[in-house]
Amino acid sequence: MRSAVVVFPGSNRERDAARAITLAGGPPPTLVWHTETELPKVDFVMIPGGFAHGDYLRAGAIAARSPVMRAVADHAGRGGLVLGVCNGFQVLTEARLLPGALMRNAGLKFICKPLPLAVERPNRFTDRYGRRAKVVFPAAHHDGNYRADADTLRRLEGDGRIAFRYRANPNGSANDIAGITNGKGNVLGLMPHPENAVEDIHGSTDGLPLFQSIFG
Amino acid sequence: MKARVIITLKSGVLDPQGKAIEGALSSLGFDGVHSARQGKVIDLELTATEPDAAREEVERMCEALLANTVVERYHIDLNP
Repeated sequence: MRSAVVVFPGSNRERDAARAITLAGGPPPTLVWHTETELPKVDFVMIPGGFAHGDYLRAGAIAARSPVMRAVADHAGRGGLVLGVCNGFQVLTEARLLPGALMRNAGLKFICKPLPLAVERPNRFTDRYGRRAKVVFPAAHHDGNYRADADTLRRLEGDGRIAFRYRANPNGSANDIAGITNGKGNVLGLMPHPENAVEDIHGSTDGLPLFQSIFG
Repeated sequence: MKARVIITLKSGVLDPQGKAIEGALSSLGFDGVHSARQGKVIDLELTATEPDAAREEVERMCEALLANTVVERYHIDLNP
């Protein structure tokens, strides 16, 4: 199971992503710069957190139009796994690989703290967790307020595509949504950071089963 | 040809920055404000000289990048 981590100017969690992947038993991922037009032969692509292109225009907007994102879309179209965390989630919505948009936190504050979440139902990324498992992942975001039209929200709920929900809504997200998958279930976007909850020194290892689900 | 693109949140989309502006205006004693909504303006200088072609091109720019039509709408003013 080989993997790649996409790096934009302003990404800052790519090494945390790589460490979480190796701690879960994956081989060290290839870091892929945003100007690349092709991905190496991989099964899993992670889009890490950070502030790609300084969040100019909208968070993730410029990054989503990068050359590498065409290759990521092709990979997802072939059924390859894609995980976008935080800014990576914003990039995936801007790239229309996931529906909806992530807007400014309702309280206007940058949120930087551990957040309690519920794993909604086991999927390709979460089958190592029990149903309705409770986890704590750290969050660090200013634009995590998930918005989608009523039809989209109904579809996400009805198709079981809400992967993670906040147990105490910190940012105004519709339906307490912290993470969603695409229709095929091979693309996951998530605001809090599972890759920063994989070692005892992090204060929580709740994120490790997510990476073990991918590499198991 | 110059174009000004005005991007605003769709009605019904919560605008926390607009709410903060409302609160600040109210605290300054401006009691006559029902609501405030914040948007952005992007000024473009185009090589196009023909208005219809220019508008069509800027619309494509809005759809491709400038606006996120999930939550935003855009308005284009041309200034030949």
